[in-house]
Amino acid sequence: MEEKLALFKNRKRFGIEKNIDIIFKNTALVLSSFVAIILLGIVLVVFFQSFESFSRYGLKFLVTSEWNPVKDEYGAFTAIYGTLLTSFLSLLITIPLGVGTAIFITEDFVPKLFREIIGSFVELLAAIPSVVLGLWAIFVMEPFFRAFFVFLHNFFGWFPLFSTEPTGRNSLLAILILVVMLLPIVTSIARDSLNQVPKKLRNASYGIGASRWKTIFSVILPAALSGIMAGVLLALGRAMGETMAVTMIIGNSNAFSWSLLSPGYTIASMLANQFGEADGSQVSSLFYAAFVLMILSLVVNIFAQWLVKKFSLKY
Amino acid sequence: MIKNTKKAQKNNILSLEDVSISYGKFEAVKNIFCNFKKGDITSLIGPSGCGKSTVLRSLNRMNDLIPNCSLKGTVLFDGTNIYDKRVDPVEVRRRIGMVFQQPNPFPKSIYENIAFGARINGFVGDIDDLVELSLKKAALWDECKDKLNDSGYSLSGGQQQRLCIARTIAIEPEIILMDEPCSALDPISTLKIEETMHELKKNYTIIIVTHNMQQALRVSDMTAFFNAIEYEDGDGGKVGYLAEFNSTKKIFSSPKEKTTQEYISGKFG
Amino acid sequence: MNSLFYQKNSSRNIGDKVFTSLSLICVVIAILPLIFLVTYILIKGGAQITPELFTLEPNPPGDDLDAGGINPALIGTLIITTIASIIAIPVGVGGGIYLAEYSKGGPFSRFIRFGVNVLAGVPSIIAGVFIYSLVVSTKILFGSMYSGLAGGMALSILMLPTVIKTTDEGLKLVPNELRYASLGVGASMYTTILKITLPSAFRSIATGVVLGIARAAGETAPLIFTALFSYYYITGFGDLFYEMGSLAVLIYNFALEPYDAQNKLAWAASFILVLSILSVNIFSRILAAFTEKTKRV
Repeated sequence: MEEKLALFKNRKRFGIEKNIDIIFKNTALVLSSFVAIILLGIVLVVFFQSFESFSRYGLKFLVTSEWNPVKDEYGAFTAIYGTLLTSFLSLLITIPLGVGTAIFITEDFVPKLFREIIGSFVELLAAIPSVVLGLWAIFVMEPFFRAFFVFLHNFFGWFPLFSTEPTGRNSLLAILILVVMLLPIVTSIARDSLNQVPKKLRNASYGIGASRWKTIFSVILPAALSGIMAGVLLALGRAMGETMAVTMIIGNSNAFSWSLLSPGYTIASMLANQFGEADGSQVSSLFYAAFVLMILSLVVNIFAQWLVKKFSLKY
Repeated sequence: MIKNTKKAQKNNILSLEDVSISYGKFEAVKNIFCNFKKGDITSLIGPSGCGKSTVLRSLNRMNDLIPNCSLKGTVLFDGTNIYDKRVDPVEVRRRIGMVFQQPNPFPKSIYENIAFGARINGFVGDIDDLVELSLKKAALWDECKDKLNDSGYSLSGGQQQRLCIARTIAIEPEIILMDEPCSALDPISTLKIEETMHELKKNYTIIIVTHNMQQALRVSDMTAFFNAIEYEDGDGGKVGYLAEFNSTKKIFSSPKEKTTQEYISGKFG
Repeated sequence: MNSLFYQKNSSRNIGDKVFTSLSLICVVIAILPLIFLVTYILIKGGAQITPELFTLEPNPPGDDLDAGGINPALIGTLIITTIASIIAIPVGVGGGIYLAEYSKGGPFSRFIRFGVNVLAGVPSIIAGVFIYSLVVSTKILFGSMYSGLAGGMALSILMLPTVIKTTDEGLKLVPNELRYASLGVGASMYTTILKITLPSAFRSIATGVVLGIARAAGETAPLIFTALFSYYYITGFGDLFYEMGSLAVLIYNFALEPYDAQNKLAWAASFILVLSILSVNIFSRILAAFTEKTKRV
């Protein structure tokens, strides 16, 4: 008995162990605040670097499309318009396709194994680097759609969006490659939201004699709507900030055109294209554009998070 | 004698003839023969895993929603086998409504919860009246007439369940199936629902699955006792069967089967 | 009374059929290009694979006959991704530990979790711009401008949110009983975390981190004006402070060259990148499915 107790003579924690505990906790605390520091750093750096251009052009920068390093005149309207146009139009195509696919693989039209294969395949594609998509867009998509674009122009040329002769690389191709890129995001988030709708709601609807699609439209989709919306907003953020694939296929031209069939610009592609060789007030103007892009994606992102919190499932 | 059987048949609204239900390879219930009479409340009782809920869900083809679930035999309703290939399960569910174990209102207003079913069933009358009538029948009207536009989820559990009953009544089914409707509720709400059922009996046929034998005794005219036996090959799996079906009075006072006696006296379950 | 029979021509049944077909069409439109994309990359890229590809330097564009190999880019991608991991993993795991183990859901942790989500949504090119003005243009790294090190730092910004999130979520899945058991026998908090909670969450954290690394390996935008590109072999430690090639930037640069030989190198690099990213993803999925199965038994 005596001997056994002796083994525990130093029951009290050593001072050094207490210190390690405190150091460990504080290190973790500091590391977690790195996120905030980096985020703040990004906002501040981009803001201060854009200050010169901001004070020179003010908000006029947002609505003029002159971008002339020789004359030192800068306005980012073309790039802002291109960013919004490509991201919204690509979402417009992606949403029905992605949500339709998600519905198909959450209903029991085909055996479970088959649905799971489709689902994981779509998710895997989210992992393909966008630069590879860009490469594919240049060498496969562009030749594939060439004739179709000519057709679009010939028959719908009266419509402003198709009013120019199609060029090799253009905004419409950028939209299409964005669709390929966003589909996995929208589909997998929509699928998760649909799966989270409680089974009892489906039962309730079938139990009073609603048909399958009546149930989907009136009960399941409304219940999953906030999740799907949040997914769509995240996809919108991705689309606005997407750089490589778009830069490689959009044609990179600052000449403003309403037409989707002519080359365009997005803020991200303008940065990728010009940042390396820019100097003087062009750098500051590029930072100004980057600041606009950052604000746009921050707003979309924060709104998405708010939406998730506000409408997280109530039943 | 012949006359009697004919009369009995006429009174049968729903008949199971040699029904067996399986999930994939595993048989859940086997060789059920059973007639449900019009205007009766019938209780299905039995130990867990005896397949009584499975049988209940098969009566309006809710089992279609469970993957791999298949049924052999005939379920006759209104002279038609509802498992006939030509039958549309949606039509069946419109005439045989169901109330579930967990209250499951739609995330819509109280009013919309009831109007939804009526609209999809092509109701042409005044929906306001229908909502009021259905809520009254479900004994919920007085409690919620001032907040019809509130969410169904603002109600208490017992009220939610009565809302679900009102929603089912609103589509004017001929039969209401109830799958342990009170198991998630407190005793007071349970009593209210039982009162509601007594009221509903006047117009509807009710089939209820319950774990609560007192409830079966209180509410039902007929009681079906289901039991489960181990497979003959003895690998531990069980298959359910209908052990005894008689008037509630007889089941509880003088059961024919020994297992029924043991179950209602609480020896297993 | 309506018949119970299925009526082919009722508007409800027609509507259901129409919508079912529409959703099937969605699946086909969504899936076909994706299948085509993957097979095309694997076939077209796979055809360019030769042993020399892995050992040679790329030749400067213009020499249309022989493009050389992608050795420097391959090694560069490995180095840059390693640097990013060395920065992001300790910071992210440490931060995740704080969020999951120490914070009690107060405003600070809520703010950090919010920040993690926001940082995850920052466009990758902005991370590049940020490191450019912080590191490249200031020559803060011993006077060097574009460097593999700067590239790694830019990538680490993109990896950080993923690592924190997976650590945070992985640790939250560890049952509290386990913590109480350890604390209950008088173990310190840090011993409990290092010896008990972290090891039991190890697999899920590791999976998430590896997926994050795989994703970062394909990122291009943060590298094009931090690491830039290089045609030359990486020979020693000092090369970290100079321009460094990577598969991703090689694909970008060579896809835009008018020469077929360079384009082929871009396809070959894509093949290697996609194959490795997909195999990491598939492997981790199989592992996750396997773990789930064994847990259930």
